[in-house]
Amino acid sequence: MEFEPVIGLEVHLHLKTKTKAFCGCSTEFGGQPNSQVCPVCLGFPGTLPVLNKVALEYAIKAGLALNCTVNKFTKFDRKNYFYPDLPKDYQISQYDFPVSSNGFLEIDIDGKIKRIGITRAHLEEDAGKLIHKDSVSLVDFNRTGIALLEIVSMPEINSPQEAYEYLTGLKSILKYLGVSDCDMEKGSLRCDANVSIRPKGTIPLGVKAELKNMNSFKAVRDALEYEIERQAKCLEAGEKIIQETRLWDEKQGCSVVMRTKEGAQDYRYFPEPDLTTFIIDSGLIDEIRKSIPELPREKYQRFIKEYGLSIYDAKLLVLIREDADFAESCMQTYANNDKKLIVNWLNGALLSEANARNCQLCQLGIKAQDLVELVNFVERQEISNLSAKTVLTQMIETKKGPAEIIKEKNLSQISDTGALDGFIEEAIKENEKSVADYKAGKENALMFLVGQVMKKSKGKANPKTAQELIKRRLENA
Amino acid sequence: MAIDKKTVEYVAHLARIELQDKELEKLSSQLHDILGFIDKLSELDTKDVLPTSHILPINNVLRNDQPGQSLTPAKALENAPSSEGNFFTVPKVIE
Repeated sequence: MEFEPVIGLEVHLHLKTKTKAFCGCSTEFGGQPNSQVCPVCLGFPGTLPVLNKVALEYAIKAGLALNCTVNKFTKFDRKNYFYPDLPKDYQISQYDFPVSSNGFLEIDIDGKIKRIGITRAHLEEDAGKLIHKDSVSLVDFNRTGIALLEIVSMPEINSPQEAYEYLTGLKSILKYLGVSDCDMEKGSLRCDANVSIRPKGTIPLGVKAELKNMNSFKAVRDALEYEIERQAKCLEAGEKIIQETRLWDEKQGCSVVMRTKEGAQDYRYFPEPDLTTFIIDSGLIDEIRKSIPELPREKYQRFIKEYGLSIYDAKLLVLIREDADFAESCMQTYANNDKKLIVNWLNGALLSEANARNCQLCQLGIKAQDLVELVNFVERQEISNLSAKTVLTQMIETKKGPAEIIKEKNLSQISDTGALDGFIEEAIKENEKSVADYKAGKENALMFLVGQVMKKSKGKANPKTAQELIKRRLENA
Repeated sequence: MAIDKKTVEYVAHLARIELQDKELEKLSSQLHDILGFIDKLSELDTKDVLPTSHILPINNVLRNDQPGQSLTPAKALENAPSSEGNFFTVPKVIE
């Protein structure tokens, strides 16, 4: 039987505020344990939380960018449960009146645009960090109380790849907004997945499993693939799927059942009496809306339209805002109407250099003007493509301009026939067999000779010119 | 709403309170009376009354995103029943 997966994703996002959601403690990552705590976030009796204005504004901003309705009335509720990482024994969260709801995110899948619904995006506070030792668990409350935005998707994701695209798209938007670092390694973005399967073409949802402990978008995709297969095998063997929470083990490439708590969770939500309610007026919403920059999907469409980029190139370039800005200034500086060559450099050599250095394009320290100048050298055939890549590496390492490096390293391509004659003469003399082969009709032999000339010229010969010259030389001999 | 022993046991577990059989019985009847009293409210027509979210007529109390003074780890740990280095410690919560 063919099954269709149904996936819903819950993303928890640290908002990039200087201070925690309800107190003035710093949100800086990596401080020494319990050095960023105060009576409010430690849940001491008699303290009162007060909401961080910027956290609320960021939540509204994210909601707007995700096409949500920002609710005119919003309030906080207590979610009650006991765990050592939660000093108050309740988490301040939002239950029935989230900051925003009913949005969507568009993803590209199989060449089509698919809309994934977003149920809600609500504010809450993070819990502390536990470190488990042999006999005790250590508790660090530095993270306790940091503002989180929980973004809940509709169960409208139907494959692990769609989940991956949703997360990539979401992260890109959130980073454009500047509301979060979205760094999974530092825990500023976390993702849980709910997944069930049903016979293809049917409507009722199957029993779902909740997946946790995925540390990258790739891990989310892998964990989902594993879980879908596990559930399909279960059903095909006539077994029942049990509702459970499973932990992904990346090293083993499988998930294991987390010890389930007895009975269903009963959080006893009730309105948080220590915080006032919030009326969000349209003036504030308009003001925040105006501060939203051009978002990745709009930029992507504009790049295709204005610069004639391919879907692949445009998608790659708009992913990170600063890189997209850099790419655009390169494309504007580059005088040619056809932007393909400069884009190939951006998404090719430049991207490899950035990946090798584990940084972004715009962090390579290359000026748009310099990159365009380098590409122009190649276009005028003054340096070879290969040498240009060497120049690029030098530009990154020395911060010098291309002209200076080409001159210093004597990398100018030799297109001058006189200068090439000597190399060609030598190559022909040393490779009589190849000469004979070529004359016998083997075209490959010509390329071998060009290769020899390239070698002798230390890569500086213009390969096209060399090929022409050798060909003429052999045909006239 | 009837409050039986089972319900009181459940609520006691949620609050992590241990109750003796006698206490369970006593609390069942007391809670039953309290809820019966509260139930009087259902005699009112609340069709046009919005649920109360907060008892004070104020909204939008916010603070600026300005860092304030935090406690030192030593100060934070002063009341902790047990600690290790800069950490609070608790009985191990996973196996």
